[in-house]
Amino acid sequence: MNAFFLPLLGGMIIGVSTLILLLVNGKVAGISTIFWNFCTSKSMESTLFIIGLPLGALIAYSILGVSQPTLPGNTSLILLSGFLVGFGVNRGSGCTSGHGVCGIGRFSIRSIVATLCFMASGIVTVALFGVNP
Amino acid sequence: MISFVALVSGIIFGLGLAVSGMTDTAKVQGFLDLFGNWVPDLMFVMGGALIVSVIAYQISKKQIKPILRNAFDLPQNKAIDQKLITGSVIFGMGWGLYGLCPGPALTHVLSQDGLFFVVAMLVGMLVSFQIKKFI
Repeated sequence: MNAFFLPLLGGMIIGVSTLILLLVNGKVAGISTIFWNFCTSKSMESTLFIIGLPLGALIAYSILGVSQPTLPGNTSLILLSGFLVGFGVNRGSGCTSGHGVCGIGRFSIRSIVATLCFMASGIVTVALFGVNP
Repeated sequence: MISFVALVSGIIFGLGLAVSGMTDTAKVQGFLDLFGNWVPDLMFVMGGALIVSVIAYQISKKQIKPILRNAFDLPQNKAIDQKLITGSVIFGMGWGLYGLCPGPALTHVLSQDGLFFVVAMLVGMLVSFQIKKFI
């Protein structure tokens, strides 16, 4: 088992989730959009998907024995970063899942452009401000 | 039934995020640290997810309709405009600054710091939603 096995497996599991949502429910698995629908319209479909996210992670940590990462505690950084992420995904109509996985999976030029933008911007931000201690 | 499928697919998505390492801010920032100590692992997350997502879309094109609905609900907007670009750049800044994007953030929502992040994210969405009406 090398360092690439779990990322590849996890990525494929994420892909399976998008496959089920698309082929069965006819929906795109864009987390930022589903979260927005959950907050604004409270539809049962988006609510249950959002509840599923921490549940699935909990299964990985407690049953499958995946090591559980803790968040670095820096409240002002958390609030600033969370605000920028929320502002950006709403303005850009999508995040890593909606543009990066589903959009590119549909060969959408719009999503490819969005993904290149947030990847490049993330790389520049880390180059400028460094990583969490 | 549609709601049950949504729950199952949310659970699978959260499981995949945790297994892949996307919920670990150190790994995410390591992946973005291209000019420092680059950790390439997460490239494989996107690779793995894309392989399956491409297959899913190709199957969907041969389906007349999804199993539980009468039509697919796919994004129709094709515009590459300043909102898409500025929004994605701002999202990338927030992502690089701390190492969380929306999905992984929501898997952390049961911890205090995770909850702070998610609440700040919602505030950011609401502010953007208002501003988008004007510029």
